[in-house]
Formats: sequence, C-alpha cells, structure tokens
Amino acid sequence: MSTVSVRIPTILRTYTGGESEVKAEGATLREVITDLDANYNGIAARILDDSGKIRRFVNVYVGEEDVRFADGLDTPTPAGTQISIIPAVAGG
Amino acid sequence: MALDAADLGPATSLSCRECGESYELGPRYACEQCFGPLEIAYDFTGVTRASIEAGPRNIWRYRGLLPVPSNVQDTPNTEPGFTRLVRADHLAEALGMQRLWVKDDSGNPTHSFKDRVVAVALAAARELGFKVLACPSTGNLANAVAAAAARAGIRSAVFVPADLEQQKIITTAVYGGTFVTVRGNYDDVNRLASEIAGEQEDWAFVNVNVRPYYAEGSKTLGYEIAEQLGWRLPDQIVVPVASGSQLTKIDKAFQELIKLGLVEDKPYKVFGAQATGCSPVAAAFKNGHDVVRPVKPDTIAKSLAIGNPADGPYVLDVVRRTGGAVEDVTDAEVVEGIRLLAGTEGIFAETAGGVTVGCLRKLVSSGALDPEAETVIINSGDGLKTLDAVAPVATPSAEIDPTLEDFRASGLA
Ligand SMILES: Cc1ncc(COP(=O)(O)O)c(C=O)c1O
Ligand SMILES: [Zn+2]
Repeated sequence: MSTVSVRIPTILRTYTGGESEVKAEGATLREVITDLDANYNGIAARILDDSGKIRRFVNVYVGEEDVRFADGLDTPTPAGTQISIIPAVAGG
Repeated sequence: MALDAADLGPATSLSCRECGESYELGPRYACEQCFGPLEIAYDFTGVTRASIEAGPRNIWRYRGLLPVPSNVQDTPNTEPGFTRLVRADHLAEALGMQRLWVKDDSGNPTHSFKDRVVAVALAAARELGFKVLACPSTGNLANAVAAAAARAGIRSAVFVPADLEQQKIITTAVYGGTFVTVRGNYDDVNRLASEIAGEQEDWAFVNVNVRPYYAEGSKTLGYEIAEQLGWRLPDQIVVPVASGSQLTKIDKAFQELIKLGLVEDKPYKVFGAQATGCSPVAAAFKNGHDVVRPVKPDTIAKSLAIGNPADGPYVLDVVRRTGGAVEDVTDAEVVEGIRLLAGTEGIFAETAGGVTVGCLRKLVSSGALDPEAETVIINSGDGLKTLDAVAPVATPSAEIDPTLEDFRASGLA
C-alpha cells in the first residue's frame, strides 16, 4: 500500500473536519479517492460526477502534473506523492 | 470575515453556473456541490441611459450594474475605462471590410483591460474584508494588481511565470509590493495561487477566490462599446481568449443591456481569437467538442498562454449560440497583425492584439465573418509591454550621417 498526501480545497474541508491536508492510501488516483471516501464519507461524489469521471471544474494534480495530461484516474500514485484537488479557475 | 457591513451594490447572491445552487454573497468562488464557477446574481434598479451618462468618464458610470458599493468612486482606485472606440477605416480597407472599430483598451492606467477587472475586484475585496490584493498572472494582471494596491495603500502579492517578458516584469516590480517569479508556466502558477489562497485567508487572489466579482469588471467593455456606438450593439465582435472570461462577460453585458431596454435587441456574433501555440478553445470549437482539452502553451502571445482555460466551455456556448467562431493564428501572423494595426491605425498593440487582428483577417478571408457587417475588435493591451515580439521587424529605414548628401543618397526622399 502506498501512502500519499492529499491537499483538500477549502470547499471540501467540511468533509475533513477542517483539515487542509490528509493522508490516503492507493496505488492510483482512483484508489486514493476511494480510500478518501472511506474515511470522509461523501467526498468522492464531490470530486467525481455521476459517471465516475473527474468533474469538469475540478483539477487534480499528482505531483505537479495535471492528471488530464497523465492517465486521469489511472495515474499512478507512488508512496509519498503529493496530490492536490483544486477548483478550476484561471485567468490572468 | 465580517460581511454584515458589506455593500456590494445591486449584487444579491452568488449562483452556480453549472447546477444553479445559490449562495450568500461572500468570499467564495466555487460551488460546494459541483465545483462549478459562481456568478453574481443581481437586482438592478433605476439604471437608465441618463443615469449612466451622468456618471464619471470611467467604469464607475456603470456601478449600478456591478458588484460594488454606490460610493466606490470615493475610495482610491485607478479609475480605468472609458477608453476610446476608434473608427478603423484604413484597417477595414486593408481587409476589405465596411465598418470596423477598435476598442483600444491599451489606454487604461496600466495599459490593458485588466485594470477594469482589478478595480472591481479591489472594491469587492475591501467590502469582503480582505487585506492583501494578490494574483497569479500572465503579465498584464500583475501590472494592474500591483498598481491598484499601491494606489489603494494596501499590500500586493503577485505571482508570474519566471520567463515572462522583461517589460512586464519591470512594469510590475516598479509599484513595489511582494512580487514572485515562479519557475513554471502560467497553469503552474495558477495552481500554486489556488493552494496559497487556501492558506492565506485574508489574501484576495483577484482571479481565484474573488473571481466572481473580478470577472464582472469585463462587462464594462461591452457596456462602453454599446454606449460609444450610440447605445447600439455591433453586428460582430472579435475578442482575444485566454481563460475566456472577457469574452463571456462582453456577451453578458450585451444581454443585460438588452434586458434592461438600454439597447435594441438584435442578433450579434461573438468571435474568439487565440494563438495557435495555445489554442485549446479554438481546437474544441473546430472539432465540435464541448469539452476543452488542456494544452501546454508555446507562443509569443504570453498574455494569452493559459493552457487550461476555466471559462473555455462557456466561450464555446456563447460563440455557438451567436453564430460566431473561434479562430487561431501562428506567431508569425501575430507579428503581422501587430504591424498591420500599427501601420493602418497608429495603434501599437501587444501580442494579444496581434492575435485578434490576425484572427480578424483570417475570419474575413474564410467567410466566417461578414465584411459588410459592423464589427468591433478588442485591443486589450499595449505593444510597449511586448517589444521583443516585433523588435526583429520593427527597425529604422536607414542610419545616415547628419548631412543632406547622406539623406539624398539613402533614397528616402
Ligand atoms: C492583453 C490581454 N488580453 C486578453 C486576455 C484574455 O483574458 P481572459 O483570460 O479573460 O480570456 C488577457 C489575459 O490575461 C490579456 O492579458
Ligand atoms: Zn454547482
């Protein structure tokens, strides 16, 4: 099992009791999100849509890479990886 | 943060663009249900042509249509807007068009349209109790935030990609404030800013956690164009697209003016302009997709180099609804566009303006844009900030000794 660290955006901290960073287990992003949901019930449905895909306005980063450039939910998450979940806003 | 005392003018609530969920006005920007972007909902009262015309010659003449307090003019700000709308007959002739206008937003205090959005963000940030004005930026926003914060007498914190044009680095640093160059592209800087915004509760990242308010500032471009045309809408408009916010807000402004009865309802077409080296929205448009696939930008149009444009899907909606298109041009065409606008109208645009002129030309020749119909293009920034783009081709005709003989010999008489 690989343990990773997940940064939680403000709007999801109601699920994590206010924690901005939590630990989770999983070899891929999909497994990490499943594990997150086991500990913070309901959080997966905020990140994924009804068909189980990452929501249109959510950006997920494994390390510094947007997973849309990698393998999406199948992106590997080796032990110690830093994951960030961020609302998609941009404009600069 | 105390919101009880907040005065946000005609703004009534925030509502999710995706799922419609409604929220109280406050420092939020993404829907808790679906992460969708939040938009300001309003209750407009008493806004007439006369009330607007009686206002100051800056964006605050439209304060009754913005999420700002009614006394917004009384607090120090850069007073942007009411830039000139230039009748561009020579450029029209060069492109075989009839009636063409350039909305020249390089005339703003820090020489780009970003002063508009920042002025609204500053006013809202004050009301919401933020202490620091911050942003990730592709350059122009950096200038605007640093200047507005200096004028307002508050701290700024600005983050940009380290490989930005030197002109944009200097024109940000000169205002003082915290200014960080980040080893990464804009999308990296944007991610970092979102993470910092999650930690620094009293920092207003204008385009992140204050984005619903900030974005409304771009509506003033649409209001001004209509007012300057004599309270009419143009038939076609061409707008540069990075995140896509400006384009969608110009459309929103036109729609509001129609609903308020301030202009006659008529069809208009909205066109988006991108650089080929960062054209995720144009690619989605051309492929018939409604999802925008992010790209890694590679273009001289750095101000438009957002590879993961948050408002991309909404640009597609507006463009398709109105019968417009999203076009893209190569870096060489960007440079050509800058020279064409400069040489025909005496307006020196930055690379974003070159993108817009280049796309205008391409849209006319492809037939997507009607050369007979009245058209407005946006010049959103100033060529003095992207000198390197044209330096190789913008050179003197000759160098001579200070003698009449030498001048005659140069063949330039
Ligand atoms: C000069 C200039 N024009 C246009 C844009 C695009 O604006 P938007 O992100 O709202 O699409 C930018 C954004 O940074 C800009 O700096
Ligand atoms: Zn929503």
